[in-house]
Amino acid sequence: MSIIPAPIVRFYHRTASPPHFYSLANKLLPWLVGIFILLAGAGLYGGLYLAPTDYQQGDSYRIIYIHVPAAWMSLFIYVIMAVMGAISLIWRMKIADVVLISSAPIGASFTFIALVTGSLWGKPMWGTWWVWDARLTSELILLFLYLGVISLYGAIEDKRTASRAVAILALVGVVNIPIIHYSVQWWNTLHQGPTVAKMDKPSIHIDMLIPLLLMATAFKFYYAIAMLQVAKVEILKREQNMQWVKKLVETKA
Amino acid sequence: MSLVSAFFAIIRRDLILAFRRRAEIANPIFFFIIVVTLFPLGVGANPKLLQAMAPGIIWVSALLAVMLSLDSLFRSDFDDGSLEQMLLSSHPLTVLVFAKIIAHWMVTGLPLLVVAPLLAIFLGLPEQALGTLLLTLVLATPVLSLIGSIGVSLTVGLRRGGMIISLLVLPLYIPVLIFASNAVEMAGNGLAVDAQINILIAIFFMSAVLAPLPAAAALKMSVN
Repeated sequence: MSIIPAPIVRFYHRTASPPHFYSLANKLLPWLVGIFILLAGAGLYGGLYLAPTDYQQGDSYRIIYIHVPAAWMSLFIYVIMAVMGAISLIWRMKIADVVLISSAPIGASFTFIALVTGSLWGKPMWGTWWVWDARLTSELILLFLYLGVISLYGAIEDKRTASRAVAILALVGVVNIPIIHYSVQWWNTLHQGPTVAKMDKPSIHIDMLIPLLLMATAFKFYYAIAMLQVAKVEILKREQNMQWVKKLVETKA
Repeated sequence: MSLVSAFFAIIRRDLILAFRRRAEIANPIFFFIIVVTLFPLGVGANPKLLQAMAPGIIWVSALLAVMLSLDSLFRSDFDDGSLEQMLLSSHPLTVLVFAKIIAHWMVTGLPLLVVAPLLAIFLGLPEQALGTLLLTLVLATPVLSLIGSIGVSLTVGLRRGGMIISLLVLPLYIPVLIFASNAVEMAGNGLAVDAQINILIAIFFMSAVLAPLPAAAALKMSVN
């Protein structure tokens, strides 16, 4: 007796098996790439060409179309990693481990991009490359959290043990996510407060908002593409002695 | 052996072991004093500057001293196999780990409480802030041991876990550092610090309840 319908349970169990996940990833990837190109193309065209120039910041505000989606992704991916860590610790699902560790370098890159673009944006707007304000510092800490996950995984030789270790670490580190998210509201600092996700009405013009949301969705798809690519390699590495991988190599050769 | 007597037996054993190796207890304290001493040499002996930096200097040094002492938390038990005995015992590992953390704090955190106010006076921290400094140390040094236990139990199986542990533990220490040093600074300026102290109390209870759980899970993984 379960409240979850049977097809969903079946889908869940099938996705948990590495060969099935591998072929599913292969099937999904072309679609994801197609949607990503459409969304990113539309978003960039809208953001860099159609959107009006900001009356205060001029054209330099347009870095927002990279900076903000990257910053969102940096938090989003860490939460995904923590969820995967929980799944892997509770149900011992191999694929969750793979997704967790495949997401870490991508999340770290997004965090790095958010920091670099923020710094480039800060120079003309604030007159400085870097300030030790709450949002910037906590984003930097997020980068360290990602690097901690990556280096812990690299340091433990037995990859099964390493997967459990990073699952625990990702779960523990997730306490920092609310701190980063709310840092601009809790501490009144140089970095501007949220302008998009406000309860009443976003304080950003609709012509600027639509490309931003397009870019944010495009970044999600990019993450899915990159993560599946890394995950495919990781699965092959882990399952290299399995029958299905050998068969796969033979048919390819 | 009941759970309560096992709990106290572990604290007693760890304290006895620590007192048999007194040099190891003294090391974090000396480290703390030396790091604090480095600051006036590094940034210059301007009394105003040192006074302004005193809360931060004390807290950063305390953080580093506790972090360096973390390795001793499970290392010898891991090497001589007593950690495996704890895992095999019928008592919940979480409680035993909690006992070990308490013993670790008594050996490393408690001495800091004695030395830190003295160094704070040398750095010119206003006397009205000394009470707050002590209070933050009482509340927050146990948190450092508690959070640190997670990092150290993740890396105890590694031959060179020392550098990684700083990467794992320091990001998690940051909220403690922010609120503790901010409280001391505000107290030095004669302002109310209730909010910071309340948050530190909350962090203390949260980590006392939650930190032993992942630490125990990580130890099971490390010992395998």
